[in-house]
Amino acid sequence: MKLAYWMYAGPAHIGTLRIASSFKNVHAIMHAPLGDDYFNVMRSMLERERNFTPVTTSVVDRNVLARGSQEKVVDNITRKDSEEHPDLIVLTPTCTSSILQEDLQNFVDRAQIEAQGDVMLADVNHYRVNELQAADRTLQQIVHYYIEKARKKGELPEGKTAKPSVNILGMTTLGFHNQHDCTELKRLMADLGIAVNAVIPEGASVHEIKKLPQAWFNLVPYREIGLMTAEYLHQEFGTPCIDITPMGVVETARCLRKIQQVINEQGADVNYEDYINNQTLYVSQAAWFSRSIDCQNLTGKKAVVYGDNTHAAAMTKVLAREMGIHVVWAGTYCKYDADWFRQEVSEYCDEVLITDDHGLVGDAIARVEPSAIFGTQMERHVGKRLNIPCGVIAAPIHIQNFPIGYKPFLGYEGTNQLTDLVYNSFTLGMEDHLLEIFGGHDTKEVIHKGISAGSDLNWNREAQAELNKVPGFVRGKVKRNTEKFARERGMNEITLEVMYAAKEAVGA
Amino acid sequence: MTSVVDTQPQALTFECETGNYHTFCPISCVAWLYQKIEDSFFLVIGTKTCGYFLQNAMGVMIFAEPRYAMAELEEGDISAQLNDYEELKRLCLQIKRDRNPSVIVWIGTCTTEIIKMDLEGLAPRLEAEIGIPVVVARANGLDYAFTQGEDTVLAAMVQRCPEKTPVAETEREERNAISKLLNFGRRHEEVKAEESEYVNHPPLVLFGSLPDPVVTQLTLELKKQGIKVSGWLPSKRYTELPVVEEGYYVIGVNPFLSRTATTFMRRRKCKLIGAPFPIGPDGTRAWIEKICSVFNIEPKGLDERESQIWENLEDYLKIIRGKSVFFMGDNLLEISLARFLIRCGMTCPEIGIPYMDKRYQAAELTLLEQTCQEMGVPTPRIVEKPDNYNQIQRIQELGVDLVITGMAHANPLEARGINTKWSVEFTFAQIHGFTNARDILELVTRPLRRNNSLKDLGWDKLVKTEANG
Repeated sequence: MKLAYWMYAGPAHIGTLRIASSFKNVHAIMHAPLGDDYFNVMRSMLERERNFTPVTTSVVDRNVLARGSQEKVVDNITRKDSEEHPDLIVLTPTCTSSILQEDLQNFVDRAQIEAQGDVMLADVNHYRVNELQAADRTLQQIVHYYIEKARKKGELPEGKTAKPSVNILGMTTLGFHNQHDCTELKRLMADLGIAVNAVIPEGASVHEIKKLPQAWFNLVPYREIGLMTAEYLHQEFGTPCIDITPMGVVETARCLRKIQQVINEQGADVNYEDYINNQTLYVSQAAWFSRSIDCQNLTGKKAVVYGDNTHAAAMTKVLAREMGIHVVWAGTYCKYDADWFRQEVSEYCDEVLITDDHGLVGDAIARVEPSAIFGTQMERHVGKRLNIPCGVIAAPIHIQNFPIGYKPFLGYEGTNQLTDLVYNSFTLGMEDHLLEIFGGHDTKEVIHKGISAGSDLNWNREAQAELNKVPGFVRGKVKRNTEKFARERGMNEITLEVMYAAKEAVGA
Repeated sequence: MTSVVDTQPQALTFECETGNYHTFCPISCVAWLYQKIEDSFFLVIGTKTCGYFLQNAMGVMIFAEPRYAMAELEEGDISAQLNDYEELKRLCLQIKRDRNPSVIVWIGTCTTEIIKMDLEGLAPRLEAEIGIPVVVARANGLDYAFTQGEDTVLAAMVQRCPEKTPVAETEREERNAISKLLNFGRRHEEVKAEESEYVNHPPLVLFGSLPDPVVTQLTLELKKQGIKVSGWLPSKRYTELPVVEEGYYVIGVNPFLSRTATTFMRRRKCKLIGAPFPIGPDGTRAWIEKICSVFNIEPKGLDERESQIWENLEDYLKIIRGKSVFFMGDNLLEISLARFLIRCGMTCPEIGIPYMDKRYQAAELTLLEQTCQEMGVPTPRIVEKPDNYNQIQRIQELGVDLVITGMAHANPLEARGINTKWSVEFTFAQIHGFTNARDILELVTRPLRRNNSLKDLGWDKLVKTEANG
């Protein structure tokens, strides 16, 4: 048993659901108790999704506990199959079904006999893997399933596309800025004259999977999701995989040069150097920013970085290599892939922190007292407590991290966004600091905003105590409305009764 | 059977569907109970799934160093390689050291049920060993929905209420937090004088967790009738749990507290006053009247009080009068809210509800039926354990004006031009008593007011028809 208040990566089934709900016309059925369908709330709220999230629950209740699911799971699968005609139904185990040890594969096999669409059991163990690992595995599983299916039917297309083309793997629902990153990558590929063969899984149909082998190479922008699929495609079809995250100016150039090499090896004749040069020097503002006086002022400032592997590693390199900022420590919660992280960042920071304990992360921030933090929402709140500004660079995230405006982290526009994020974090911190030294020019409390000068009314003790219970941001309004109410009625003492009467009358 | 229905055309109909509906897991009750019971610590014994839900459902609360945590079960716990007692002892000692609470509440989850961890057996042993009361509530998703979580916790707490009034007067004052609050800062003689303002009636204990301001409002409302509230479960602190003696009267303030009510009656030999719940001015009035009638008190000024409240609501009533509301069902407040909204002039084709205790909610159901008759509207069908998929088909067929639903369906329905209100807000807003009737309508009318101001823009259907699956 572990005492835990907060976790960075979610449970395994969330990963499976993220993959399933990213595809078009794929439905997930969770084998779970009532209330475990919280994924639907997150998708509907965070992504402001207009459509119903294609996830339902085959509810595990007392009866299931006593007698097993029996026909229930099979019935739920065939029912969903006839209601919505999905191409694929993914039966998703949860922590509960892991312990029940029912033969879910048997349910899937039985349901497959009746169902028009395909039925599959997600192969994830709740107690062994987390959200990210499960997502990686489920994507690979689905791709494998449809490649094999096409192969059996002889529908697998031969050869590559005529022009260089790419599969972008790992774009998902509820991924950090994934939608914007995806648009930016497509734009980048268009600039390079590379056709996008498929984007998997976000927005794709399972029918598109069979054309994956036609691409010249696979691009896996995020370390956490897509690599297993890319490896599988490499084994089966020899498709090369590029796993350099194009985040930051230097890494984007490195990614483009790798693409150039990979497609030239397959007979293309491209040279991206001019493009990289032009983008770096004149289009993206990041390189220019790093020479400007603004950035000079950031030299040697202390920062800490924490997040998932992809974003924490890339951010560390951007801060240290491109802006001259002193990264005291960089950390990740992807413990299962810690070696990769260490190797990526060790030359760019003093210390590497591998943990998923938010208490340790908070303590490490307090110990270092950096000028800025780049982390998850949890680190943002640590920053609030310690009065240190924080830029959010990785999940777990809140609704404000799903902006409507175009905010990629990848590609050349991504470098501009990163620059703003970094610069705004630091200047805010400086301003705060200067205000403290010089006392600022605004007095902190607004003394009076009311309709009459000074209060001639006497609040008795209970009323005053009650008023103090009203949340701070509406307290002023409640006070003013109550006093207005009392004044109009010629009362000069405010009691609990007067307070409530005022509330009833005017909704104070 | 049909003949009975024929002779009572206005009788309520009850149905039961598949139970495929969205609701919050009952462990969410820790979110409001840890805030209500200030010296408590809630330990949820479950898996990452439970933790993930709490962390996301509670939003920013999680960062405020809440007095709750997960005892996250690992593979060794599931396969019994680790000793439950030793593991729990280790964590509880850590909690004692870091937070020093007056009570630790263990929330049992689906996993502890399935692996049959004997929490009720372990608790007394551990309690004796570490010197802190350990209360066990099995608030799991196998058996309960959302607000029923509070019911399981309060039912467990009933057993911990002191049985005898302490003899010393000082101690009595300590215990009675509410009267202390009301008598705050007054001299002893004044308090004595005030005692005489109450009618002589047997002790009355209220149950149901409400924000402190609402506790004060309802207590004052009863005081106007000369009724004294001897205690409230839960109180602000665990150490102030009310005295419950045999023969005390108890009454609930929320519709989802049937286990707590049963426990009061069976285990503590209390008398339950069955009344509609004090939600809406009609409900509040009926609630007070019922208490008065049990104590043989002639209610004073309720007529004017109620009509005054209704008058002040008129601007909101204009917006909803004649409109229809559909409850998909997820928090058990549905019957009371529907009854209030029908009194406000709305119609209601369907009330979905996770679980319907016809005995505990009997008075509320009667008032609902009566309200429908008086307002001349058809009675709603009450659908227990609803099926959300079927409900969405019915919503689209019926073309209702407002759907009260969970967040999983709210945005998709809005995108299809259907007004929605997020049901969970009713659980966290102040909705009880005369004073807060306006707040309920503020919530109910908000989507209608918002969409009214957007109505000329032609933006009501925002999904492409082919995606309208």
